[in-house]
Amino acid sequence: MIRLEKRPEPNHLFAYLTPLLAVLATFFFGGLLFTVLGKDPVTSILTIFWEPLFGEFAFFYRPQLLIKGAPLVLIAIGLSLGFKAGIWNIGAEGQYIMGALFGAAVGLACYPAENMLIFPAMVLAGAFGGWLWSMIPALLKVKFGTNEILVSLMLVYVAEQFLASMSLGLLKNPEGFGFPGSRNLQQYASAHNGEIIAGSGMHWGVVAAMIAVIFAYVLLARHRLGFAVRVTGAAPRAARFAGVNPSRLILFCLGTSGLLAGLAGLFEVAGPAGQVSIDFNVGYGFTAIIVAFLGRLHPIGIVLAGLLMALTYIGGDIAQSQLGLPAAAIQVFQGMLLFFLLALDLLTNYRLRIGRTEAA
Amino acid sequence: MDLSAINPVLLIAALMSAATPVLLAATGELVAERAGVLNLGVEGMMIIGAICGFAIAVETGSPLVGFIAAAAGGAALSLLFAFLTQITLANQVASGLALTLFGLGLSALLGQGYVGIKPPRMPDINFGPLAELPIIGQILFSHDPILYFGILLVAGVWAVLKFTRVGLILRAVGENHDAAHALGYKVVRIRTFAIMFGGACAGMGGAYISLIRVPQWTEGMTAGVGWIALALVVFASWKPWRVLLGAYLFGGITQLQLNLQGAGVAIPVEYLAMSPYVITIVVLVVLSADKSAAPGSLGRIFHASH
Repeated sequence: MIRLEKRPEPNHLFAYLTPLLAVLATFFFGGLLFTVLGKDPVTSILTIFWEPLFGEFAFFYRPQLLIKGAPLVLIAIGLSLGFKAGIWNIGAEGQYIMGALFGAAVGLACYPAENMLIFPAMVLAGAFGGWLWSMIPALLKVKFGTNEILVSLMLVYVAEQFLASMSLGLLKNPEGFGFPGSRNLQQYASAHNGEIIAGSGMHWGVVAAMIAVIFAYVLLARHRLGFAVRVTGAAPRAARFAGVNPSRLILFCLGTSGLLAGLAGLFEVAGPAGQVSIDFNVGYGFTAIIVAFLGRLHPIGIVLAGLLMALTYIGGDIAQSQLGLPAAAIQVFQGMLLFFLLALDLLTNYRLRIGRTEAA
Repeated sequence: MDLSAINPVLLIAALMSAATPVLLAATGELVAERAGVLNLGVEGMMIIGAICGFAIAVETGSPLVGFIAAAAGGAALSLLFAFLTQITLANQVASGLALTLFGLGLSALLGQGYVGIKPPRMPDINFGPLAELPIIGQILFSHDPILYFGILLVAGVWAVLKFTRVGLILRAVGENHDAAHALGYKVVRIRTFAIMFGGACAGMGGAYISLIRVPQWTEGMTAGVGWIALALVVFASWKPWRVLLGAYLFGGITQLQLNLQGAGVAIPVEYLAMSPYVITIVVLVVLSADKSAAPGSLGRIFHASH
């Protein structure tokens, strides 16, 4: 008989080990999945995880790691603050869309003027758009006690419709022969979020992600606000006694994650994506939830998890074109990772005892 | 724009059909929540139900078998949630999200061969002369069997929760799991069954979308209905009949919005399409003041050692 015994305090070894164990378990069961799909499991796993980093065309894929990883890390850092405090922002996808729309709108409004201030103004507008969208669930929660999970999620569907309406209407390219979608910002020098170092994949979004990581690290380790976040998550009642104002914490956590998701959206629309289009959003807001958990809600962990998840995207694309592996298989793979992580987390807080129940 | 093209009788008949997916899913979730489990994976279980039901209905040629498969598929996926939250004591919010993300991916994978196929049609129940009645006949007696099953399910859940011993135990587990445990009830086992019931209902709700509402398979076709089902449980203050009311209200908005699109109202299509979500938020705000009806142990992890 296996039974569980609560550890007096979380085991630190397992706290670091569980993400690794979860990755290994995902390799194994992902391999099984690929076998069921009629692919060689070893080749599939190697194609996804080895090819982009060390394969023949790695020089092409490696910069992609930063391009795909930056939005994930940026969003996940914001989400992790809330998750730590038990404030669940699930609507990062919507905040990402609104950030992109606000930012792109500023850039498109300035077209074709060239000015050094246009891009900074777009960054501010993008951050503001995401922040604004996250303030809806935040204020409703503070004022009326409305569930922020459901509201932030509903707002994703609203934002998607809003995106469609904008790319068919107000932001549509007037020279686009009636096709939906805005002008391409990559062809507008003042608004383009290009590579800072050619061939590295390093754009301003990567810089922003690095700043966010440092900011979150310092905040959590050194600042009173970070203490409030941690204590609220661990013991909400104790937090009250420690003088934490729950309303302010909700506004801060949701606001920060909305702001960062908005930034991620702006950097994406002005850089790799280039334009506002109906299918502009690709689910970074949802994948970032996995990134936040896989990184154990820790800034450094989130960077590693973000890079790993970016790798599954890039490797997944390669596996799709070379092996004919369906794109959805990668999504299942990512979902599995979260499952194993949540299940194995048990080992951090509990001890497995094999044998009969002892008398208490 | 031609508003006279909207026929109120047809609108009411259609709103009952539009409400059925969310009704089924919300009724299942209500049972799970009354047992103290907050399963945010409804969307994932619905989409798995949608593809399982669709695939099996196409393969066997029988929509009814499809619905049974959808219920089994939803329940099977919900077992993953039960394992995470009841055995490995994982956070319910995170586990529910994992279930949704996984379900969306898995359904897309399973559905690859089924894009663009028409499923077999579920025939409407033949009520004979009753269907000939003016107005009433068309509103009440012109539907498929699953729609009536949904209404019966609400009545059944209400009766079981209110009048039976099983319902009493389920509610006890949801209100105070420690007390229920002390009385000797198997908290984990009861919750697992409640989760599976929720999964089966969500699966059938999903299949209703892919087999009857839309009759085709597209990726992510549940489009947030699972989340609206979760909101509906809050709206209903965890009471079965209010779920029915809420679902019809939601179905009415969905159907009216579609009719207005068809009538060519001056509002752009996108703004009409977002209206069910916006109205759900408004309803949540209005009703969230009163949380007294929520089960006492909702969302809390149970372990016998505590």
